[in-house]
Amino acid sequence: MADKVILLDFWPSMFGMRVRIALAEKGVEYEFREEDLFNKSPLLLKMNPVHKKIPVLIHNGKPVCESLIAVQYIDEVWNDKAPLLPSDPYRKAHARFWADYVDKKMYDLGKNVSTKKGEEQEAANKEFIECLKLFEGELGDKTYFGGETFGFCDVALITFYSWFKTFEMCGNFSIEAECPKLIAWAKRCMEKESVAKSLPDRHKLYDFALQVKKMNGIE
Amino acid sequence: MSGTDLKLLGTKESLFTYRIVWALKLKGIEYEFVEEDLFNKSPLLLESNPIYKKVPVLIHGGKPISESLVILDYIDETWKNNPILSTDPQERAYARFWAKFVDEKFYEASIKAFFLTGEDQAKGVESIAEALQFLEGEIAGKKKFFFGGEAIGFLDIVVGWIAHWFQFVEEVGGFKVMDSMKYPAFDSWTKNFLEVPVIKENLPPHEELRRVFQGFQQMGLAAVGAKE
Repeated sequence: MADKVILLDFWPSMFGMRVRIALAEKGVEYEFREEDLFNKSPLLLKMNPVHKKIPVLIHNGKPVCESLIAVQYIDEVWNDKAPLLPSDPYRKAHARFWADYVDKKMYDLGKNVSTKKGEEQEAANKEFIECLKLFEGELGDKTYFGGETFGFCDVALITFYSWFKTFEMCGNFSIEAECPKLIAWAKRCMEKESVAKSLPDRHKLYDFALQVKKMNGIE
Repeated sequence: MSGTDLKLLGTKESLFTYRIVWALKLKGIEYEFVEEDLFNKSPLLLESNPIYKKVPVLIHGGKPISESLVILDYIDETWKNNPILSTDPQERAYARFWAKFVDEKFYEASIKAFFLTGEDQAKGVESIAEALQFLEGEIAGKKKFFFGGEAIGFLDIVVGWIAHWFQFVEEVGGFKVMDSMKYPAFDSWTKNFLEVPVIKENLPPHEELRRVFQGFQQMGLAAVGAKE
């Protein structure tokens, strides 16, 4: 039986991008369905009644919600190629810990950088950079967070890279100047086809972000 | 079964620590429990979990693992007897989804309801009720535990604190939301869960919990940073 895979997603979502990357890494064919978040489809509401959020991966009619859970699911089902999690339990735990940390921190930090003003902006920028430096420390001299191969933690974090231009423009700072090693890592990831084709153009994202800010009455 | 250099840093009242205790005991793994004073954290804790500086931390062969859900996964993958997670990817995703739900929605609403007053507390209580309704829906129709089986697993362990700790969150926080008439399936699950020998034999005494929650309330929201 051929697999039927649908991804309910929203093009700017860094969470949706993670699932796109995982599916691309595994060479899974799927149907990408763009959701209008102001007019959520009956399918989305049915498949994710708890959160009503994207991304939702629907595999043969059954939903998997929450991006990192979906990425792990994809890794477990399509386990014949491109493993995203290491097989060693300790290294696996390490990857899960850091991906979870990305999940806990990056979205809110990025949001603050994009929306705060004045003194609060300065504080937001500082916190954001501190977090990235922590990631740089964890990356060290490795090619990817997992070592020599692109993996779970790289997937978790790289999707925020597409938003870096937006953060820089809004926060009026240079991320590359502060975290050159992380940017170098990001560029290595972008050389992978699965990543390059899953992340939208950063200029398009910036225009989108400006529209959202305008809608919310933020300069 | 010997754990070979296995330490669990935790406290005797921490609901997150107990998840790890239950998992280790279910698998018959021996370990050394290191009681932490969360107001005077040991160098070992600070070194082992520099990011969060919280318990529980499992240290296996000198290598630390933090975050209770990550630790549970690690334990299940390292000691294969009495598995707590299914091998089926869909069932695993299900367990992880609901574990995250409990740790985010239910837990955060509980913090609100416990520490805040007036309308803010009421909002917290409402969120708990919503979360409970979802959990009720998931457990209803299942035989005994979250996976429809006779044995407890990952999700039961994660939800487990609600069966024993939550009553003191309500009592000391001054609100009531648990209701056996409104959530009958969840109530049955609670009773079944507390009867499981490994759980029954590994629960902090009521008086201890009451005392600890009273302490938290006095500290206010600052307590959330110190605890766990």
